[in-house]
Parts: sequence; structure tokens; C-alpha cells
Amino acid sequence: MTASPDVPTATLHLEVRHGGYQDSVRLMQVGQAIGGVPGVSHALVAMATVLNLELAAQMGFRPPTDVTANDLLVAIASNDEESLRQALARLELELAPPAAPAVGAAVTTVPPRTVGSAIRRTGATLAVVSTPGEHAFVEAMDAVQAGASVMVFSDNVPVWQEIRLKDTAAAQGVLVMGPDCGTAVLGGVGIGFANVVRPGPVGLVAASGTGAQQVMCLLDAAGVGISHCLGVGGRDLSTEIAGRSTLAALDALDADPATELIVLVSKPPAAEVADVVRAHAAELGTPVVVALLGSGQPDLTAAVTRVLGRIGRPVPGHWPAWLPAVPPATVPPAAGAALRGLFAGGTLADEAMLIASAALGPIRSNIPLRPEWALPRDADPLADGPLADGHWMVDFGADELTRGRPHPMIDNTLRLRRLAQEAADPAGGTVLLDVVLGHAADPDPAAVLAPAIAAAVAGGLAVVVSLTGTDNDPQDLNRQAGALRAAGAAVFRSNADAARHAVALVRAGASEGTR
Amino acid sequence: MSRLIELLATEPTIVTAGVGLFSAALDAQAVPHTEVSWRPPLTADPDALARVLADPRRAGANAEAARRMLAAGAALVDVCPAGEVIGLEPGEFCHAGPPIEWERASGPLRGALTGAVLLEGLANDAEHAERQLAGRGVALAPCHERGGVGPMAGVVSPSMWVFVLRDEAHGTTSWCSLNEGLGRVLRYGAYSPEVIERLRWMAEVLGPALRTAVRATGPIDIKAIISQMVQMGDEGHNRNRAGTLMLLRDLLPVLAESGLPGSRLAEVARFIGGNDHFFLNLVMPACALQARAAAGIPGSTVVTTMTRNGTEFGLRVSGTGDTWFTGPAGVPDGLFLGSYGPADANPDIGDSAITETAGLGGFAMAGAPAIVRFVGGTVPDALRTTAEMYEITVAENPAYALPALDFRGTPTGIDVTSVLRTGLLPQINTGIAGRVAGTGQVGAGLVTPPVECFTGALAGLAAAAPD
Repeated sequence: MTASPDVPTATLHLEVRHGGYQDSVRLMQVGQAIGGVPGVSHALVAMATVLNLELAAQMGFRPPTDVTANDLLVAIASNDEESLRQALARLELELAPPAAPAVGAAVTTVPPRTVGSAIRRTGATLAVVSTPGEHAFVEAMDAVQAGASVMVFSDNVPVWQEIRLKDTAAAQGVLVMGPDCGTAVLGGVGIGFANVVRPGPVGLVAASGTGAQQVMCLLDAAGVGISHCLGVGGRDLSTEIAGRSTLAALDALDADPATELIVLVSKPPAAEVADVVRAHAAELGTPVVVALLGSGQPDLTAAVTRVLGRIGRPVPGHWPAWLPAVPPATVPPAAGAALRGLFAGGTLADEAMLIASAALGPIRSNIPLRPEWALPRDADPLADGPLADGHWMVDFGADELTRGRPHPMIDNTLRLRRLAQEAADPAGGTVLLDVVLGHAADPDPAAVLAPAIAAAVAGGLAVVVSLTGTDNDPQDLNRQAGALRAAGAAVFRSNADAARHAVALVRAGASEGTR
Repeated sequence: MSRLIELLATEPTIVTAGVGLFSAALDAQAVPHTEVSWRPPLTADPDALARVLADPRRAGANAEAARRMLAAGAALVDVCPAGEVIGLEPGEFCHAGPPIEWERASGPLRGALTGAVLLEGLANDAEHAERQLAGRGVALAPCHERGGVGPMAGVVSPSMWVFVLRDEAHGTTSWCSLNEGLGRVLRYGAYSPEVIERLRWMAEVLGPALRTAVRATGPIDIKAIISQMVQMGDEGHNRNRAGTLMLLRDLLPVLAESGLPGSRLAEVARFIGGNDHFFLNLVMPACALQARAAAGIPGSTVVTTMTRNGTEFGLRVSGTGDTWFTGPAGVPDGLFLGSYGPADANPDIGDSAITETAGLGGFAMAGAPAIVRFVGGTVPDALRTTAEMYEITVAENPAYALPALDFRGTPTGIDVTSVLRTGLLPQINTGIAGRVAGTGQVGAGLVTPPVECFTGALAGLAAAAPD
């Protein structure tokens, strides 16, 4: 600041207004506004306190003496009379009483920025966390410490964080569903990827999202409803996590009066953890049907059949399927020797590989049943050209293929590209793919899949679809099935049935030789 | 397990954080839910944040920090020369903010130190004083490390008088200098003869008069006055008008009975009544007692000190004890006196951010509609500022209730992890000192701490967390 006006010949205006106290902050704003008027070099609008009179003196004014702190002092230094006139006009404007504020303009709340804040405000009992994986633990831990259960959809969460989360949850008496948990049903509310199922007596504990959806949808097809479906995360039955959430979820459903029978669904678990869980399940008062996928174990459809038997409900003679009309005469029957699986659901892929490998031998995969069946290191399911020789199945929902991309249950782009590549590969013969309906999934998967399937069938491929859904799903199961069948696909509600049908087509093709 | 059984027995109440897909799926089922306004944290080290959240001591430690903060009391028990209270020796000076030496000190801190050397009679003129300060004969220490606080430059020398406050709940004592008024004053870096003369009068007349009065009345409950002032338009940092008048109301009768000559009594009453910020120097030590009550709890992520020395902003956190986490002090954004402007402003300075540390000042903006224009305009803005601060604090202080928020307690106890997670930095109301030594106050406005203080504290907390 300079102690006196820059221009010695400046126009100086000094006035004192008696009465009409204004607070100092308001007046500083007014002074700032006047100072911004072009041609004004300095402006002071302030109550005439001793301090402010000194400031005026520093600015080159001779302050009046007969004033009190209740008088308004206006001191303006400008380059010319016109600037001063503008400044004084602005002064009147600034000192005028403000317009009445809009009614209801007050903002006394802001949106919650953390899960803990949201839970404390609402008394929420469940948090759903789907942030990027590196940030998921913090929000999930916040939920658990605030006394809520949490479903963690995010993947790429380190194992030590999952263990800490689940141990803290045990101490708090709440459940951690996840990480990498996509499906839950709580009291009829579907959380994440969930089909619209009827309420009923069967409760699920699932270390597999699509596996749980498959079981719930088959039960729904048989007219049997669901009490709750508690996800536990794809890694819960690993050696490290040791079934922490599975055991807690089993106990919770055991105590739930609405649950008459429990189904435990998992992709292939660690053997020693499976033993612990089976032993725990056997101790419960509520019967438990254990469907742990693995070599020599029953498939999910078989598990559903056992459930129906245990609760005394009729088992359908066969599960719904929509087989294509006789193929056009110009199209040869499926003649390729190889089976190719293009899956969105990891557990559905596991189940299909278990069934197919029992019949056809090794099935290569990015989620292989045995380490030696892994895809070649340089095989990239997202690249053009043949992927690998022989039978293979790819889980397009696997972590490494979904990083930075939408899950194939939401967006089929990557699977469509692969399907087009298979149609161009003379070694391919039968393509098996899954379509999963329900909340959060693609609102109309047949709209993009049907034309691609029609093109593949026209090119000589046989296409088999495993369709997981219910009549009440927003996508309309029957409309989806009809569109896929019309494109030439054989459509099955049972994933196991779809896999067996695909195996039969491969065998038939192999017995007739290559196309 | 009981909570889990309850979850299964009732309709779930849901909050969502992350992708909108899941929220949309709940909407499609007509299930009401609350969507968190989530954003990535303000840290490049999410693993450190996870380690701190995983610290099993944290939840209990923060609850204890909150309990202690809310239980802390503050009573004015005495007024004394700093030499007696702090044991300051001649040549020793306290200052605001984290530790700093003369070489890095900003203009206002240098100006205030210069004035204090002159006041103590250790130099004949400013130049002589500066030579001494630049040499080795002078010792500097943060007020905070000597148990007290000082506004702006916060310079305290042995002959200056200080308020002495006690927290009987925790058996602790704090102190703060006497407020000199506005404009050309030492704490804003001015050291002209009138400044020194005023300080001499404060030591010879004001201090002894206040001591006589306080000793005659017995302890004065400062926390109770703060409770009332936040319901009278004061936020305790940039506005202390009601608090000042209430203090004067308590002191005047005993001052009148103290035998002080009428003319002296009039000087004292005029000085206190004529300085709307007089009570700031009682709010600050009261807040310091409250914050200190929460200090040193292993695992706690609650901030116990926010302060600035005009060069750096310093943060201390309960779980990391006396360690300072510093970053460059920002320049406040605000309104300027007369024809001063932003170019005249010194970076942020003063221990007065202890008020925000304790839930007053910027955190209590909803209670100070008269000064909302510092916050950028309107009363709704002030309400929102306070509402946002609830997102980064661990408790609400029922002793400091805000009428405009239906008497909700002020947001209290800043959580380092919440600041980084929400991206909401603590809002601090502050005075603005001129950057040139000797200038004094040039304005008042708003400032936030640098993020570095919080990321540094996070790293410290992560290092202290058990595996």
C-alpha cells in the first residue's frame, strides 16, 4: 500500500454521514466495490473510529474532528470528477438495503461425503460399497465401525484388508459381503446384480454371485422363493480368508425364522476350508444343502433338485429350454470339433468347465480348473484372431479383463468381438455363452447378442445360451429367450443343461468330421 | 450377531458409495436409500489411509478424544506477567505457530519480535533489535510448546501480562496474552512507539487491574460465556463482541470496588469495551485446554493443534503426540482495510486457529450471521460451512449450541482421515497481517490449511499403527 494517493492532483471526496450504523465487514465490502470503480484510486467506507480516521489520514485526507464511531466516513480519491460521480452512484447502490432473500434458500445440510456419515444420519443397516478397489476398504471399515453390515462390490482389495474387515465385523456383530460380491437379496430387496425372485423359505450363502443367481432362478422356475441371499465374496472360502463370512452368514440364516433351508453355493473352495464349513453346517438346526462346485461334486442344477426334495416340492421333469426351429437347409449342422465358452459369470464358467471337461477332456481357460489348463501366456481374449487350439472357456468378468472396463453383465462389447472372431475360426464349432438378467444387468442383452448370434449361426457355428433370469426380471425372460432362439441359439435356464447340450453338439460334430 | 439378525428381520436401510449402477438398481425397486457423495481421497497413498482405518485402536481412541474434549472446562483464574507464569527468562520469546527461526520468519513475526525486544529494553532501536534477533542471544519457542497460545504473531515476552485459565476436569492450565485492539498493534507486526507505549500501559495498568478483579471475583467460567456468545452472533474467532461485553459485565463491579482511581477505571473500561476482540484472548486458551485434553491418545486421528507462524502451517494430532506436521501457510482470501489489497497480505499467521480446532470460528459460522460476508456472501453459505464441518469431525459439542441449526452442537474434533477422505479442509476465519514488518492489520478473511499437513499426519499415523 502507498501512504498517499498516487496522483497528486486527484479529486478527493470526504463526507460524513450521521447515524445509520453498518457493520465493518459490510462496509469493507462496500469500500472494495467503490475501489473497483474505474478511475478510483483509493476508497474508504467505514465507521469513523479512531483507527479508520487514521487510515483516512494515511490516504491523504484531512479527517474531520467532530465525528463519533457511530458516524459513517466516506473517503474517495479519484482521477477526475466523472469517476467520482460513478463512485458515489455505486455507493448509494451498495448502501441500499439488500433485496429479501428467496424463501427457503437456507442450506442446513450437505450430502454425506463418507459412508460413516451417511449411516449416522440415517441409521442405515447396510452399506453398498463399489468404489475403486484401492479405496474400498476405507469406506467398508467405516460402515462396519458405524455398526452396519456392508456389501463390497469392489475387487482388487488386498487379502490383509479383507481379513481385518471381517474380523472387525465379527466383533461388531455385522456381516461383510465381499469384496468382489455382486449379488445379495435381503428381505426381498435385491442388492447389486439380483433377479426378481419371490419370497420363500430358502436362504442362500454364496461365495459366488452368478452361482447364487443361477440357484435362485432355478428355484424360482420351480415355484420356490427366497428368504435371503447373503453373499460372502469370491475369496471367502480360500485358505487365507478361511470362511470368515460364510460361517457368520450360516449362523445368521440359522437364526432367521423365515429360513427353513440353507443352500451354500461356492465356486471350487480350498479343501480344508470346505471341510470346516461342512462340519459347521452339519451342526446347525436348519438343514444345509452344500453346493461347492468341484470335480465329482454335484452341479448347481443337481443341488437345486436336492433342495426341492428336502422341502418336499416337486422337481420339474426338465428345466425350461427354448430350442431353435430346424436350421435353414443352407446352413450345415454344427460341424466344428472345438467348444468355446464366452462367459460373463465366473461360477457359471466353472460349472460348464466341470461338466465339459468330464466329457471332453482338458478345457483351457483364464480361470482354469487345473493350473496346467491355463491359456497360453500370450493368449489375449480381447485381441483379434484365434485365441488357442482345442476347447477353451474365457471368464470375461475376471479381474484382469474388467479393470477399467464395464463388467460383461453390463456391457457385452468384448464378448461380441470374440464371438465374431470365433465365427471366422474354422476350428471352432460350438460356442457356449451365458446371459444373466436382473437388476443392474444390461437392460436388453438380446438386442445386441441376437444379431451377432444370427451372424455366427449363419457362418456355421452352433450357439448355446445359458439364460439366468426370472419371469419378473425387468428384461422379460421370455422375450429375451425368444429373441435369442429366433437368432438360432439353443437357450436353457439351467446352466448345466446348456453345458451338456453344448458337449453333445461338439461330440456330434466330431463324429461327423470337420466342416 | 444381534445386529445381523436384526438386518434379516427388518427392511434394510441402505447407503451406497461408488458407481451409480447400484443406486439405480435400488431406485428401480423403489427402495429408498442414501447415496454418499463419494470422491477419491486427497492422498496419493491410499494404503496409508487403509492402514490408519485398520488400526484397531482408532475408533475407541477417537471416542475418548471426543469425550475428553467435551468434558474440558475453562475458567479464568488469574492474570500475571508471562515471566511468572511461563518462566520466560529475559531474552526468551514465545511466538505463534510451529517452531521457526528468525531467518525464515515472515514480516509480521519479525516486526512483533522487534517490538518485544524494544519493550523488554534489550535494544535501543529497531535496527539494534533486529541484529540481536538475527544473532544467537535470543531464544524463540512456540507458545503451544510452553502451554499457551497467542493470536497472530503471538509474540510474548517476560514482562507482558497473560490470562491464566484452568481446566479443572483435567487439571491443566493454559495462558494467552491480553488483546491490544485492532490496527497498529504488535500482534500484527507493528512496533512503532505508540505500540510499545500501549503495551507498557497494559503491563502497568490493565494487567494489574484485571488481576485484582479476577482474584476478587474468583474463577470466571469462560466456557459458560462462550456458550452464550455463540448464541449471540459470535463465532469466537473473527467476532467476539458479545463475549467481550459479557466479560466486562462480570468485571466492572469488582473493578469499581477495587480501589482503582476513577480515571484508571475509566481507561480500563474504555479499553476493553472499545475492543471487540478483547475476549478472543480468552476464547483461545479455553479452546487450547479443550484441544489439549484430547492430546496423546495412541491411535487417535483427532487434530489437537492447528496453528501458523506466518511461514508455515503446523498440525499436531492426538495419536502422534508432539510431532508437528507442517506445510506452507496459505494467503487468506478476504476483505481489506482501506486501500490495502491482496498484495499486502502476509501468509496465514497465528495460534487463533485453535478456535477451529475446538469447533468454534469457521466451524461455528452458522452462529455468526453478522460476519457471513467473510465466507463469501450469504447466510446459507455460513450454514453450509458449518454443515460441511460436521463431515470432518468426530463429535458435536452440546455446550456450544447453534440456534440456527436447531441448537445442534458445534462440529468438534477434526479427524485427519475424514479431511482427506472428504476433501473438505477445515474452514478457518482469520485476521490478515501486512506482509511488511511494522504494517499491522490489513484485513480479515478465510483460509484453509495446506493439504500437506494432513497427508504428513496420515503418514505419521500409518507409521504408528500396529500391523
